[in-house]
Amino acid sequence: MTKLTLNGRTYEVDADPEMPLLWAIRDHLNLTGTKYGCGIAQCGACTVHLDGQPVRSCQTRLGDVGDAKITTIEGISGPVAEAVRTAWRQLDVVQCGYCQSGQMMSAIGLLSENRKPSDADIDAAMDGNVCRCGTYQRIRAAIHDAARSLA
Amino acid sequence: MLNRSLKMRDRAVTSRRAFLRGTAAAGGALVIGLHLEKGARAAGGPDFSKVPARPNAFVRIAADDTVTVVIKHLDMGQGNTTGLATIVAEELDADWGQMRADFAPADASLYNNLAFGPIQGTGGSTAVANSWIQLRKAGAAARAMLVAAAAQEWKVPVGEITIEKGVLRHPSGKESRFGAFAAKAATQAVPENPTLKDPSAFRLIGTRLPRLDSKAKTDGSAQYALDVRRPGQLTALVARAPRFGATLKSVDDSAAKAVPGVVQVVRIPSGVAVVARDTWSAMKGREALTLTWDDAGAERQSTESQQATYKAMADKPGLVASKQGDAAGAIKGAAKVLEAEFNFPYLAHAPMEPLNATIERAGDGSYDIYAGSQFQTIEQAVAAGILGTTADKIRITTLWAGGSFGRRATASADYIAEAAAILKATGEKAPIHLVWTREDDITGGYYRPAAYHRIRAGLDAKGAITGWEHRIVGKSIIIGTALEAMMVKDGVDATTVEGASDTPYALPAYRFEVHNAREGVPVLWWRSVGHSHTAQAMEVFIDELAHAAGQDPVAYRLGLLKQAPRLSAALTLAAEKAGWNARAQKPGRGYGVAAHESFGSYVAMVADVTAEAGKVKVNRIVAAVDVGVAVNPDIIRAQVEGSVGFALSAVLRNRITFKDGEVQEKNFDAYEPTRMSEMPKVEVHIVPSAAAPTGIGEPGVPVLAPAIANAVFAATGQRLRSLPLDLTALRGV
Repeated sequence: MTKLTLNGRTYEVDADPEMPLLWAIRDHLNLTGTKYGCGIAQCGACTVHLDGQPVRSCQTRLGDVGDAKITTIEGISGPVAEAVRTAWRQLDVVQCGYCQSGQMMSAIGLLSENRKPSDADIDAAMDGNVCRCGTYQRIRAAIHDAARSLA
Repeated sequence: MLNRSLKMRDRAVTSRRAFLRGTAAAGGALVIGLHLEKGARAAGGPDFSKVPARPNAFVRIAADDTVTVVIKHLDMGQGNTTGLATIVAEELDADWGQMRADFAPADASLYNNLAFGPIQGTGGSTAVANSWIQLRKAGAAARAMLVAAAAQEWKVPVGEITIEKGVLRHPSGKESRFGAFAAKAATQAVPENPTLKDPSAFRLIGTRLPRLDSKAKTDGSAQYALDVRRPGQLTALVARAPRFGATLKSVDDSAAKAVPGVVQVVRIPSGVAVVARDTWSAMKGREALTLTWDDAGAERQSTESQQATYKAMADKPGLVASKQGDAAGAIKGAAKVLEAEFNFPYLAHAPMEPLNATIERAGDGSYDIYAGSQFQTIEQAVAAGILGTTADKIRITTLWAGGSFGRRATASADYIAEAAAILKATGEKAPIHLVWTREDDITGGYYRPAAYHRIRAGLDAKGAITGWEHRIVGKSIIIGTALEAMMVKDGVDATTVEGASDTPYALPAYRFEVHNAREGVPVLWWRSVGHSHTAQAMEVFIDELAHAAGQDPVAYRLGLLKQAPRLSAALTLAAEKAGWNARAQKPGRGYGVAAHESFGSYVAMVADVTAEAGKVKVNRIVAAVDVGVAVNPDIIRAQVEGSVGFALSAVLRNRITFKDGEVQEKNFDAYEPTRMSEMPKVEVHIVPSAAAPTGIGEPGVPVLAPAIANAVFAATGQRLRSLPLDLTALRGV
């Protein structure tokens, strides 16, 4: 049994400690907002927060999480998360939407550290998140909008 | 309430027979649908207007005032859910805030794609186009029924009632929202030919409306097929042959069965399925399999040999796709002759959500499938054939799809067939969730066909085209599938030559020929199908001719498009908005243009690039599109922006290559999609139009590559023709 603190709740997961956190979240806790895209940390669809830092849950072993607080798209809260969600909706960023949980988790991570990111900052923080529908222009605009609303 | 309201690596003979059984009658109409598109061009597009008003099939009004539009298409991100709901809301005079959407069940008698005959399915950028009149009639009929109900209740003449933003009103001061009359409206006779609005009265169409899926897709609650969790479900992964066409020789599954969480290992036509309690256990179990394959019938080519074969094939005359006059003679007598060749690689669709589906047997012997279903009618027939039942016993719950770009629509219903085969092989006890990993997806075939183009054209002394000869080599998407008999004429598959053999350019003499390559790699439509390569060949070569003629690339095209006013207008608008005539001309920076019609829509793009040795940066794309009536302008813009993001990586680097028959690219590290830092600024301008709406899911894709390639030429003086662009060839910039 592995003990996890996720979205403010404590869970016990009966799974191989080698299992990537991604699959524990999706298959054992049935929280499906966090997505599988590549399994090799090349797309960012599986991004969650560990103690507020964006990480790729496909490359995080269940056994390595320890006491870290996990946050998924279902559990985000606070002014930065609200600003990001509002901007995403106002600009209608989503197309297929599958990658957007991960995009938003990375964007929240960026804005939590940097309240006024430049385009170069956005490139650096978001280049690991693939959107096959190509919504990058709106993601960028939404991050700038969210930053403005937080100012 | 108004609510009466194959070839999967050449496997599965049973499923293919089932498909034929299921669609034998349907096929003729499918052909008619596809061919109509061409034949009807002069008449302004296929006629989707002869449909009955069916408010009960498409519109549900609830007591709580919500209006739910039943969406018969897959929404894989193109936004058709919002688009189709807009059409109903418009005729119903609803308030946008009360609109909801729900995906239709699989039932081709109500929900067939009018462009596909009696088949329910999504593709060819047809969702809005085929639904336009159907949903306007449904919305208008529902409106008339609401008005009739209110008139009875209020005891006033029907003609005195108005509706605005979801509120029914009578001059006496009576007013009500829809919910109060929903039950009574449902008892009214359905008007056969409800009056449709004059477009001048449109209030929602043509405006920016929030997408209906934005909320669920930003809080993790949107349900994709991968998120389905049925009680007791097991996850299945399949080990497939490393080479297409190989067959399984032997299996040692003892180690796999010993992996904790693995429940069962079964053989199915496509390989060996490992069924487990969760995805990770299935992955570990699959890794533990020891399999040997018989490569006797396997494809063993490498990319180099495939390309050499194509090139050699192009040396000989091919099947004629279209011709006019004596092209060879016209070129012979020309003042100047240009020749060019273009290579195109296989491409994987790589939607963010990999293929997957859940299937389970219900207590009464019927079945449920949960999937991002793109060809419902075909999937029903294929699954029924495998499970030994009839198509009506297969229910499909269509879910949001995490992209598709064509991949979820195959004539063999390939991954649905696989899921059904696993369910059957496991005894139909537990629900089976078949999951493809990213590696399965990228190496799994059904690629955009590789292609080779060779073009020769002659110019007279003034630079006018005298003749055009064009040979295309590629594997047909249709030949070898169940659709061949219905969709291939005299050996020519239109999806190989579309966008070239039917070019709108006024060529005095031309001859377009095709060679059907036959290698064993499964191929499929990839966002914009044949146009994904023909537009590059046509638009780059036209640019070369303009340059050879010493004329401006935009002016040269316009001179050849006098009979194509809509494409001309899009081109003119894009050039104007991009500042074409005032563009800076300096080394290393260039503007390029391309214009192309596909799926009845007209798109022109101007690309502004910076090029240096080994590197191209696309700074800005200015697009102009004519899609007829722009139902949701913001979604149209989003689709064109997205087309740029989607297609850019295919311009810059994506290719599927083979070594001794094995796919070399396995994941996003080797088949890397466009990333944020590469995304250019995209501006989209919409040509005002009163014509019936067409689609925009695909037409933004074909023009990107030639616009960029032509800009690279402007920047460097070097022609890069093949895709992906060979940036290593850029020298001395």
